[in-house]
Formats: sequence, C-alpha cells, structure tokens
Amino acid sequence: MKVKLKVKRTNPETGQSGYSQYEIEAAENVTLLDALIQVREYEDGSLALRCSCRSAICGSCSMRVDGRARLACRAKVLAITRGDENHEMVVEPMGNMPVIKDLVNDMDSFWAKMRQVDPFLQPEGPEPTAEYRVPNETMIDLTHTMNCIMCGACVSDCTVLEVDKNFIAPAALAKAYRVVADPRDDHEHDRLQKLSEYGGIWDCTRCNMCVEVCPKGVAPMNRILQLREMALENGIKNNAGARHTNIFTKSIEDGGRLNEVWMLPGSVGMFNLPRILKEMPGALKMARAGKLPIGQAIPPGFPGSHKMKGMDRVRNVVRKAASLKPKKPEVTG
Amino acid sequence: MEYSKWAFWPGCVAKGAAPELYLATNREAKELGIELVELDQATCTGAGVIQEQNPEMADALNARTFALAQQLGLPLMNICSTCQGIESMVQDKLTKRPEYLAKVNAILADEGLHYTPGLVIKNFLWLLVEDFGLDRLKKMVTRPLTGLRVGPFYGCYILRPSSILGKEEHPDRDHYLEMVIEAVGATVVDYEGSKKCCGFPILTINRENSLTQAGNHIHEAQDLGADALVSPCPLCHLNLDAQQPAAKQVTGHDIDLPIIHLPQLIGLAIGVPPKEMRMDHHVVSTKKLLEKLAAAPVRA
Repeated sequence: MKVKLKVKRTNPETGQSGYSQYEIEAAENVTLLDALIQVREYEDGSLALRCSCRSAICGSCSMRVDGRARLACRAKVLAITRGDENHEMVVEPMGNMPVIKDLVNDMDSFWAKMRQVDPFLQPEGPEPTAEYRVPNETMIDLTHTMNCIMCGACVSDCTVLEVDKNFIAPAALAKAYRVVADPRDDHEHDRLQKLSEYGGIWDCTRCNMCVEVCPKGVAPMNRILQLREMALENGIKNNAGARHTNIFTKSIEDGGRLNEVWMLPGSVGMFNLPRILKEMPGALKMARAGKLPIGQAIPPGFPGSHKMKGMDRVRNVVRKAASLKPKKPEVTG
Repeated sequence: MEYSKWAFWPGCVAKGAAPELYLATNREAKELGIELVELDQATCTGAGVIQEQNPEMADALNARTFALAQQLGLPLMNICSTCQGIESMVQDKLTKRPEYLAKVNAILADEGLHYTPGLVIKNFLWLLVEDFGLDRLKKMVTRPLTGLRVGPFYGCYILRPSSILGKEEHPDRDHYLEMVIEAVGATVVDYEGSKKCCGFPILTINRENSLTQAGNHIHEAQDLGADALVSPCPLCHLNLDAQQPAAKQVTGHDIDLPIIHLPQLIGLAIGVPPKEMRMDHHVVSTKKLLEKLAAAPVRA
C-alpha cells in the first residue's frame, strides 16, 4: 500500500518550520506510527518524534493528523485515508504547546497545569485501622479518568486554551474530578472553590473537542460538567458560570424556552452595571436589526414573563424529574 | 426522498433573537416541498447548560419532545447544531439505559406520551443532504452563487462527539456544509476555524475569551477571501454576527463579514428575495454580499 505523508518539520536551532513530503510502500494494516518510523529508518534519519510502547499505553506519540490530535500508534493509516492511496496525511506536532523539534512538543505547561490541581488524594482525620473502602459505583465512575495516559491530545486541541493560556484545560480538570469525586479525599469544597475561579471549570465552552480526540474515553468535558454539578451542590454559586446555569434553568422551568434577554444580567449579576453597560452598544445594534426579543422583557419568574403553551405539563415533568436523580453511593467502613 | 413531512422543533433562538432563521426555514421548506409540523409545546433542549446542574430534568424534557414527535408519527427536524447534539446525546443515553427510560416514560405517561427509541432526528443540514438530496437541490438552483466565496461554520455539537452523531452510517456528515456550498455554485473557503467553537456558551462568563474565539475565526476566513460564513446553528450566528462588532473591538482584527443562516444560503440560490428571508435584519450588513451576487450572471 502506498502511504503519502506531509510532515511538519521544525528546526530547533533556528525555530523555522516547513513541511517534508514522503511516499513509502507499507503493509495494509500499518499504523501512522509504523509509517513514521519507517520514514525515519529508511528515508530521513533526521525526523524527530516521540514513541515508546506502541500500544496506546504510554501516551508518548500524540501528534496532529489532518488537523486533529491523536496517538500515532493507535491510528491505522487505512482508517485515516479511508482507503484512498492519494490521500496525503498532514502530520504535525500537537497544538497549544511549544515545539522542540519536528513532532516533539515541550510538555512543561501540561505538567504545570496538572500540578496546579494538586492531583493526589488528601485525606484528613485519623488514619483508618483497615483499608479505605470506596463504593463500587464510585470506583466505576472514577475509572473513566483513571484511564488517562497523559498523552496531551485534549490539551493540544482545546479551543479555549488556544485563546487563553490561563485555562487549566481538559486533562488537569479531568484529573481534578478524579480526586474531588473520590470519597477518600477530604478537600472537596476547597478544591471546587478554587476550580470555580477564572481559568477553571466555568471557562470551558463545552465544545466537545477533548471528548472527540481523547484516545482513552476519559471524556474530559463530561468530567468538567460533573465538577460544575458538584460545585453547585456545594453551594459555590457566586460566579458568572453558576449564575448562568441558574438563570438558564430557571428560565426553562418558568417559560419552557430560553429567555435570552435576561441571560446577561442574570449571569454577570443584576447590579453589575459596568459589565452590563459594556453590552449596551451591542444590544442597541441588535435592537436596530430587529433582533431583540421584546416578548422576553419581563424576567423569568416574574408575573407576565413569557411562557410557552402548555406550561402546566412542562412543570409536571420538571417536578417529577427530580425522582430520576441517582442516589449517592454510601461510603462504608 | 425518504421523509417529506417532519415534526419541527425550531429551538429558542429562532423564536427569539434570530427571527430571520425561523422565517427563512419555513420559507425554504415550502419552496423545497418539505412539510413541517411545528412542535409548539416542546421545550428547550437545555443546550448543555441545564445538564450542568440537572441532567435528569434535561433528559425528561427532551424525551418529552421526542414523544411529541412520535405522537404525530413523524421524524424530528431541528435548525440548531446545539439542539442536534443534545438531542442525539439524550437519545443515546435513553437507548443504552432501558431502565432509566422506563422511569422517564412513567413521568411522560401523565400526559399520555411515550418515547420509543429509534426516532429519526435531523438538523436541516442533514435532512437536506440525506433526505432531500443535493442533486435535487442543484436542479432547483435558478441563481447559482458563482463567484461567491463562502466559509462553512458548523457549530460544535453537530460534529462532536462523532460517536453519537451517526458517523458510521453517514461518514460525510462533517463535510455536508462544504457539499451544500458547492451544490449552490459557490466556492468553499477552507479555513481552520470552521469546525472550532464560536465561543457563544461562555459569552456571559468570559467575554474576552468568547469574543476572541469568534473574532479569530471570522478574521481567518476573511483573510482567505471569504464573502460570508454560513452556519446551521443560530447560537454560532449570534456570536459571529450580533457580537461581531464587539469581537472586532476585543481582538483588534479589522473584520466585517456577513454571517448567513443555512436556509438563507439555499434561498439565495433558488431565487427567494433576500428581504423575504430578513437578510436586511442582520447586525453585520449583508449588502456587500448581495451586491456581489447581483453582479453575477443569472441562469436562464
């Protein structure tokens, strides 16, 4: 099988980069990593890449293929090209992290973010006399995040990190969930408080990119959503993210559909005038274009607020949905 | 055509800050001969926000919407990438957890509703390509958009996570916008931002990040010569169009790019007057785009 590669090369001394093109003959079941190693062995010994286990366990060989991060050892060439031998795979180093050489990233910022969330259990109180016991359901839930091999794929493609280096980003936030949700840790509230600050759980746009690129099913964004739920349960509500989700939910409970007008003041704080004023020019432009929904002028929950037809039935569903909540597993021992 | 009649869930924004989308959708559906029955008692999908504090409530409300469609015996169409993603996610969860679904159905039984897994749910984009068919659309084009350079903007939830969005059955779903742009005779602008996040979900939480995301994508496409971006998602439209002046200010990029809704793109190509799709009701003027189009030749 013919394999075509276009590999991004970076010269560590000059920092200059460009692309090298290769065409090799390889077996049908070849992985991208196999192909790259073949290039390095037989075509161009100067090509730099990281790899070790070749079995999707060590997390060393993350790189971008056709614009998305993945483990090269887990990516079958046939699956990428969909059988088209003329498909030239564009192979690049991961994004959001500096490049040392060719396909090798400097992962210092990745580890720094990991350290930022104190990724270890911190129990308080007297030492237990026997082993700690954790309910099965909890361990099964935590297994998702324990599968993380720290490959960096989610951090590479995180769309928020791209515009804000302060964002803790998916891998470390998933790790934070792993310790916050573990009943053996006794710092749940403090951790959630810290995670609710700028750069934390509420800065994620929920774009699902990390879920898409994670090779191990960690689904970091879903862990971020679980952290948000836990933060709210812990009463940590004095931030725009928590207020946003509250006003949104209230709006649906009240009228069935979103009240867009009140989302901004409801999120930034009803009396946060400087922030509300910032939006005024935009609101005026929308009004001029006939895009301000006047029917939503009354805030949700107030008499006369906008309501969909048949709200009594919606309210019944909302009320009874509380019974669907899973019971918290009990910690014994 | 597999289905010609659909239950229609317009979503919140098309009934609120993007009335032009609601209007254009109904108009285009009529032109294309697609019959829509609007679900006027269906609620918001939760957009992933209600799910942050009460996923069960969001599941029940979405199941109710599915059941309302099934009561009519119709597949369900939406016009919002976010709605599509959430509906697909809930559908996946309810299909995989029959005991949970039974509890949800017990709640819906109060109003005589019942959801049985297997409902066909499609965004207008999917419907257009898979059910209506692009060959048929091409035959209806009276005003090919030749010379117009259009950038696709998908919206995250219609693309990701692909595991629940029918990628196995329909492997090209992440290329449909490009296919539609070509079908109406326009040229695709290929740019990196087309499949990234518009930033809208955090507009009220981290304004600077949100607007930087929007501004960067617009700037990138404009730099590559785009005359417009087209999106199947009104939430993206809000951040890219309504917030574009603010994004310009935050990023410092010199941007001025019309953002159009998917049904408006189709409408232009099949000869619907722009005013009838409220194209004069955008924050970023569509005038330049329409003038360029007016200068292009019309097929006899």
